[in-house]
Amino acid sequence: MAITFDSALGIHQYALQARVQRAEILANNLANADTPGFKARDIDFQAIMKQAQSTASGFDINTTHSGHITEGGSAPGSLSDNDLLYRTPHQPSVDGNTVDAQQEQSRFMRNAMDYQASFQFLSSKFSGISKALTGQ
Amino acid sequence: MSLGNIFDIAGSGMTAQSLRLNTTASNIANAETASSSTGETYRARKPVFAAVQQSLLNGNQPAFGSAAEGGAGVRVEGVVESDADLQMRYEPNHPAASEDGYVYYPNVNVAEEMADMMSSSRSFQMNVDIMNTAKSMMQRILTLGQN
Repeated sequence: MAITFDSALGIHQYALQARVQRAEILANNLANADTPGFKARDIDFQAIMKQAQSTASGFDINTTHSGHITEGGSAPGSLSDNDLLYRTPHQPSVDGNTVDAQQEQSRFMRNAMDYQASFQFLSSKFSGISKALTGQ
Repeated sequence: MSLGNIFDIAGSGMTAQSLRLNTTASNIANAETASSSTGETYRARKPVFAAVQQSLLNGNQPAFGSAAEGGAGVRVEGVVESDADLQMRYEPNHPAASEDGYVYYPNVNVAEEMADMMSSSRSFQMNVDIMNTAKSMMQRILTLGQN
């Protein structure tokens, strides 16, 4: 019986990775809160998790050549072209900027909380493994 | 893409906002700097912000519709001078008055500058908050599997 970290840790490692990527995108939105013409971006977290889940569960298509079309498009947890979307602004501003600083900040905080949750799951996976190894 | 990038992004935001605060300070300080000709008169300065793309930072050409471009913060493209009309005041006794007795004052709108100052200090604060959050996220990752 082969033990792999991939199957032991489950979806949480990808979730954590996706959270970090989302944090980066939201941080970029906030840094550009005063940039004229900047369009706020975000990722569809659910879609990314679905993609990671299907890849992690082993039902993906194997590719043997770089020209082959893959179902998910990329490795689990990594972003592809289609994942990074533009936000629909609630209230467009005159200079073409679509960043709503308050909304972005609340999303960033929420994302940080979700990150902690994912982290907690991952951490308990690790402590579970080490408990199993020590056999106590 | 990693947590470390967030520090760069928030840092670039803080740099940009502090430059904006700098121009605001300069504008307010020079709000009453009079001169005798339109050419010499101080004009309100404004920074121009632009978004930075990750692939350009790395020096490689972005592929068409290129991947997961989260961006890499903000940069100041330049500082432009406002071309609003200067204030002309009739002050014949002013040492800098022209022959007709007029003195030119800068086109600085102090109320606007104050609002700008608050906006930039809030944006700066926001970037600091982001950096703090990223820091605590990073610190947590260091404790992974310790208990």
